[in-house]
Amino acid sequence: MSLEILTFSFMHRALISGIAIAILCSVVGLFLVLRRYSLFGDAIAHSSFGGIALGLLAGVYPLWTAYGVSIASALIITKIKDRYNISGDASIAVLLSSGIAVGLVIIGLSGGFTIDIFSFLFGSILLVSVDDTILILALTGVILIVILILFRPILYSTFNEEQAKVSGVPVEKINYLIIFMAGITVVTSIQLVGVLLISALFVIPNVTAIMYGKGFKQTAIISMSFSIFSVVIGILISYIFDITPAGTIVLISIGLLAGTMGIKSSGLLSKN
Amino acid sequence: MLKAVEINNITVKYPDVKALDNVSFVVNKGDFLGIIGPNGAGKSTLFDCMLGLNTKYKGTIKFFDQNIKKSKNYLKKLGYVPQKPIFEKNFPVTVTDVVRMGLKKESDENKIDEILQQLWIHELRDRRIGELSGGQQQRVFIAKALVNNPKILILDEPVTGIDQQSIDLFYSILRELNSKQKITIIWSSHDLDAVNQLANHVACLNRTLFFHGESEKFFSDDKLVKQYSEASMQEHMHHH
Ligand SMILES: Nc1ncnc2c1ncn2[C@@H]1O[C@H](COP(=O)(O)OP(=O)(O)O)[C@@H](O)[C@H]1O
Ligand SMILES: [Mg+2]
Repeated sequence: MSLEILTFSFMHRALISGIAIAILCSVVGLFLVLRRYSLFGDAIAHSSFGGIALGLLAGVYPLWTAYGVSIASALIITKIKDRYNISGDASIAVLLSSGIAVGLVIIGLSGGFTIDIFSFLFGSILLVSVDDTILILALTGVILIVILILFRPILYSTFNEEQAKVSGVPVEKINYLIIFMAGITVVTSIQLVGVLLISALFVIPNVTAIMYGKGFKQTAIISMSFSIFSVVIGILISYIFDITPAGTIVLISIGLLAGTMGIKSSGLLSKN
Repeated sequence: MLKAVEINNITVKYPDVKALDNVSFVVNKGDFLGIIGPNGAGKSTLFDCMLGLNTKYKGTIKFFDQNIKKSKNYLKKLGYVPQKPIFEKNFPVTVTDVVRMGLKKESDENKIDEILQQLWIHELRDRRIGELSGGQQQRVFIAKALVNNPKILILDEPVTGIDQQSIDLFYSILRELNSKQKITIIWSSHDLDAVNQLANHVACLNRTLFFHGESEKFFSDDKLVKQYSEASMQEHMHHH
């Protein structure tokens, strides 16, 4: 046992793509959490379920249809929300349930559940291929670069939309860009934790990091560190004890959150 | 004199009220204009139009002789301090982070330190914005508005809910910005005394423009001031 697991190439792939996804989810998730859009990741993930089912039915690689369906429905629901003045949480509920409904109907049409569905629901990080790993790394790189380039307008419009507009930031375009990036991030991350636990990766490390009372960049770095820690330790522990990686990862990040709350209420994390 | 802003026959109708009715005036470069008017007079509505946040108005608004519906370039020369800056209390940004948002070029980073010093908030630079008092937050938002060297500073009732000491400091900063740095200031308030002391021009707004001109002319005319006060009082009773 012990260190031997670090020599397996499937473990290398799992850890590399896991770390990339950890970074991606914590960065994109930070903006969603701050926009009070915490559950949006969940909603996109559920709509990707519809996309996956569609792919399985059509005989296309399900992740591709998941990307298409998730991004399209996220953008459409955002448009509808703005146009008809629907609240954020209600639009999330609509997106979430329609994705599942479409998925269920399609699965019904195709004659029932297949084993593939379960790996999409709960993740299958130990099964990622070389191609998957390359795709995950490439998407992570592109999204991080876009965020770095547009950092000021993205942060500014998250902080205060109206003031950002007055400073000439194209707020609507930035909003759609964030939704678009969230769509890509969610579908990419499905391989790690599956549809059902995706919002944990978006939300928990960020809620934890925000508690440390630091500025934006430090908060983002703390969040990334917690996220990477949870994913790496989660993958290793789950393999050693033969339990599900997704659940283990999320439980570790919840542990970090609980620990932070404990430190905070004990007064050790006093403010400046 | 050179015009900074030209407001021409602005009318704004909301479903229930006409917030502005045919308002026109000119702000020259270097002016310190106080816009006074009771709650609901349309001050914020007028600012929204000037800032491009509300485009559903009749009439025209020009900044530096350019219609703002034609080009958004004027926004680069403008600093804006909102009535009540809304943000999440635990939003993870420091004072420096907030001021940096106002910066157009990354290369101007040392402007941030300069402006924080000028506004007496340098020692707060690494504190989270949500931990500060109302007066301190207000100065941070002024710093953010100033860091990009604006030609015009627009402030919407900036001292609402702020302690007297901060208000005094705030007013002396405004006076200096206008007299030393020649920044044109457009500032709304319902504190007549403060406007009397600071502004060199006054616009009295109550849906329509009731008076616009040099502040001495307004404040030396007891009849005008009385008329204004009565109109505002009535408005006040309507609202309570
Ligand atoms: N978005 C809006 N929709 C409908 N009515 C509004 C809106 N904003 C302001 N009003 C109304 O327009 C009038 C002017 O408001 P406002 O410009 O905020 O006044 P002030 O800033 O002078 O207090 C008020 O009667 C207010 O209720
Ligand atoms: Mg107002």
